Amino acid sequence: MLHAFPHAASSPAIENVSRRHILKGAAAAGSLVLAAPLAHAATAPTYKTGAGDMPHGVVIDPNLFVSIAPDGTVTIVAHRSEMGTGVRTSLPMALADELDADWARVKVVQAEGNEPKYGNQDTDGSRSTRHYLVPMRQMGAAARTMLEQAAAQSWNVKPEEVKASNHEIVHAASGRRIGYGALAAAAAKLPVPKIETLRLKDESEFRYIGKGVPIVDLHDITTGKARYGADVRLTDMKYAVLVRPPVVGGKLVSFDSKDALAVPGVEQVVEAQGWPWASKFQPLGGVAVIARNTGAAIKGRDALKVVWDDGANAKYDSDAYRAELEDSVRKPAPVVRDEGDADAALKAADKVITGEYYLPHLAHVSMEPPAATANVTDTAAEIWAPVQSPGGTRDDVAKTLGLPPEAVKINVTLLGGGFGRKSKCDYAIEAALLSRKLKAPVRVQWTREDDIHHDFYHTVSAERIEAGIEKSGKVTAWRHRSAAPTFMSTFEPGAKTESKLELAMGFVDVPFAIPNIRCENPDAAAHTRIGWFRAVSNIPHAFAVQSMVAEIAHALGRDPKDMLLEMIGPPRIVDIAKSVKDYWNNGEPLDAYPIDAGRLRRVAEHVADKAEWGRKLPARHGLGIAVHRSFVSYIATVVEVAVDEKGGISVPRVDTAIDCGTYINPERIRSQMEGAAIMGLSLVKSGEITFKNGRVQQSNFDDYPVARIDESPSVTNVHIMPGENRPPSGVGEPGVPPFAPALCNAIFAATGKRIRRLPIGNQLA
Amino acid sequence: MIKLTVNGENHQWDGDPSLPLLWYLRDESGLTGTKYGCGQALCGACTVHVGGQAVRSCITAMEDVADQKVVTIEGLHPSGEHPVQKAWRELQVPQCGYCQTGQIMQAAALLSDNPKPTDHQIREQMAGNICRCGCYNRIEAAIRLASTGV
Ligand code: FES
Ligand code: FES
Repeated sequence: MLHAFPHAASSPAIENVSRRHILKGAAAAGSLVLAAPLAHAATAPTYKTGAGDMPHGVVIDPNLFVSIAPDGTVTIVAHRSEMGTGVRTSLPMALADELDADWARVKVVQAEGNEPKYGNQDTDGSRSTRHYLVPMRQMGAAARTMLEQAAAQSWNVKPEEVKASNHEIVHAASGRRIGYGALAAAAAKLPVPKIETLRLKDESEFRYIGKGVPIVDLHDITTGKARYGADVRLTDMKYAVLVRPPVVGGKLVSFDSKDALAVPGVEQVVEAQGWPWASKFQPLGGVAVIARNTGAAIKGRDALKVVWDDGANAKYDSDAYRAELEDSVRKPAPVVRDEGDADAALKAADKVITGEYYLPHLAHVSMEPPAATANVTDTAAEIWAPVQSPGGTRDDVAKTLGLPPEAVKINVTLLGGGFGRKSKCDYAIEAALLSRKLKAPVRVQWTREDDIHHDFYHTVSAERIEAGIEKSGKVTAWRHRSAAPTFMSTFEPGAKTESKLELAMGFVDVPFAIPNIRCENPDAAAHTRIGWFRAVSNIPHAFAVQSMVAEIAHALGRDPKDMLLEMIGPPRIVDIAKSVKDYWNNGEPLDAYPIDAGRLRRVAEHVADKAEWGRKLPARHGLGIAVHRSFVSYIATVVEVAVDEKGGISVPRVDTAIDCGTYINPERIRSQMEGAAIMGLSLVKSGEITFKNGRVQQSNFDDYPVARIDESPSVTNVHIMPGENRPPSGVGEPGVPPFAPALCNAIFAATGKRIRRLPIGNQLA
Repeated sequence: MIKLTVNGENHQWDGDPSLPLLWYLRDESGLTGTKYGCGQALCGACTVHVGGQAVRSCITAMEDVADQKVVTIEGLHPSGEHPVQKAWRELQVPQCGYCQTGQIMQAAALLSDNPKPTDHQIREQMAGNICRCGCYNRIEAAIRLASTGV
């Protein structure tokens, strides 16, 4: 294909122009950090995001992200990873919209992992749309402007007289029109216009943004052609399955491979290099069985005899640890937010209501377990893997192999789910090391047992909230202690306190209009690999806070929804910068993304209205409500539950309202909210990873069950608030946190039984 | 030597007769549309048809499919226009998509046995197929749609 907008090297003139407009982020030392640059046209968005602060920031270069072939095919680069959110479709949609391209003639290609080239590629933190909506639009507008200029030149008219319209440039006065394909070569010779001067569309002109199209992979997915991590096959490729130390921090002592080598199809058994804990995302090491197919490798692995030295975490026992955490939140601890005098207000209160909550470790269990394929030579490495951090994977693989990043190519496949697990590229490094060792292409497949035994787990957490109520029924004091091992322990050995990122996930930023608020964070040492799981610490924090609101309502004989609104208080911007030093606002500036109590109220009121809050229900049914701001979005959920005589629960209906500002693909927002309800249901009903002697006790979907279709809500209604030209905010994660407290509040309404410890297990029996 | 047909083509396997069909399909034959999710018949990602019945290929040994007709997602319909596939697209069922070939094979077998399933039957028959992304409402709706003709 001929690139209409060739890479700069082909023309010195263009090179100069485009170089000026490639906006690099913080990692390019001394260069301009500009995330979503101001556009001059009145209609252009004028907010800033934190995109420029991400590693390698933002690259705005239409030559890189879009090309047009002579037949008119528009090819748009997706530089974020597709794991089910629809991002591989929605970001290209935004570009195509400004380009005025016909979606039927758009092709999407996946970028390899290369952040100096494409800008930050981390697909996590529910950030892709909020950081890339405007840059994608700007690149589309730049390309459109170049096409308009090329047409105007060829017709010898002023550029203002022509206009892009559905894959053509039209000169209305003369009725002339010419297709994008025919213009591509001429447009390619023009300089890229100044990004800041581009006119972006008014909302009313959008053809795709806010309306939506089916995901680009839909046909391939339904016909089995879609390619995931384990679907890459190279000539002479070897199949590897590993056994890893069962305790984090443990290491291999010896192994006996005799029986393994006797398994038909097994070719080799080799030691796999490991790193001491904690070492970021480096592999755990162990022993690899190499075979002609994965089935043989698994059978061979089962026949291995291995001796381990379990190391310092050999005593990790999650029951004992739970008692430790619960104890720690019953005592004063380091203060992370202090307003008024919560201790004094609690003493003076007419009533003090105390709630203690516990949430266990979780495993991600994306349907696709980790898998990666690597082909490594002495001087280069090529990887095919389902990774959420293609750029980080490239750097980590390069560093591990001692190669320059330029010698490492990361091909990003589709991800069969990620949920944060696939931000950690240990499996890609494993494949790279084995390929180098065996001097052959290698595919590493994790079994489900491997996935559950060697995850980067969701943290375990004890939360204790005391609320002081004065005689009038007003809540005057709020003291919340949260103890949970931090994911920083994966990066810095010995890290013990929640990082400012975790603290800011619905804990220190509790948005209530309460005069005396104190938040405390006791130490909590990690004894396993802690990672981030879809919505991260928002899950325990929202569970505690939103359960407590309903507990207060019950104690005061109030309606839980009214109590919730009263505690949020009047519509206002919460001055969090005053309350919390160095507050982390999901990496976004507070002026563009404030904590807006009005928006929080609005989603709560809206969902209550849509769910017909207060409606008559059959016996043993109940409604529960919860609202939470996370990933700078506002989500409220109402769950209707039915609890049978034996304590079995079913969910007849879920209503969720989301305010995520300006959005691209509403249909994918709905599917994310539907899925968040299912994930929430899984963690409430049965989600629990436990440890004994440092080993994970669960191993597959029989003892780590997740929700199935016969448990799923009968109806899930999703209500999307109008974008109103607000900056876009997160969608992938924020649906999860409010679900668990809404469900448990509903269970209380149905049965009078308050669930303070997840999962429910047999607590209702 | 084990002989079988896969999507109408003759295949033979002279390796380990206990090898699960899943790995024969994926690694030995390159039919990667069939997915691995658990290896223990707990998730349905590996569902294929053997003699028209939905089976979990992860626990089905090669020796058990000798002389059988195996159909995978690649062979369900020559151009991907099986009513279940069409309904799946119509309702935009997939999120990450990884479980969906197994879901589609299970749903196709369900409808060929029982062309007009009740909602309860759909939930019962599909309960062996996990979707971690949580596409269940749409899966249910798509099977209803397929059962009424797309
Ligand atoms: S892989 Fe066969 S049922 Fe899960
Ligand atoms: S679509 Fe992702 S597991 Fe089903």
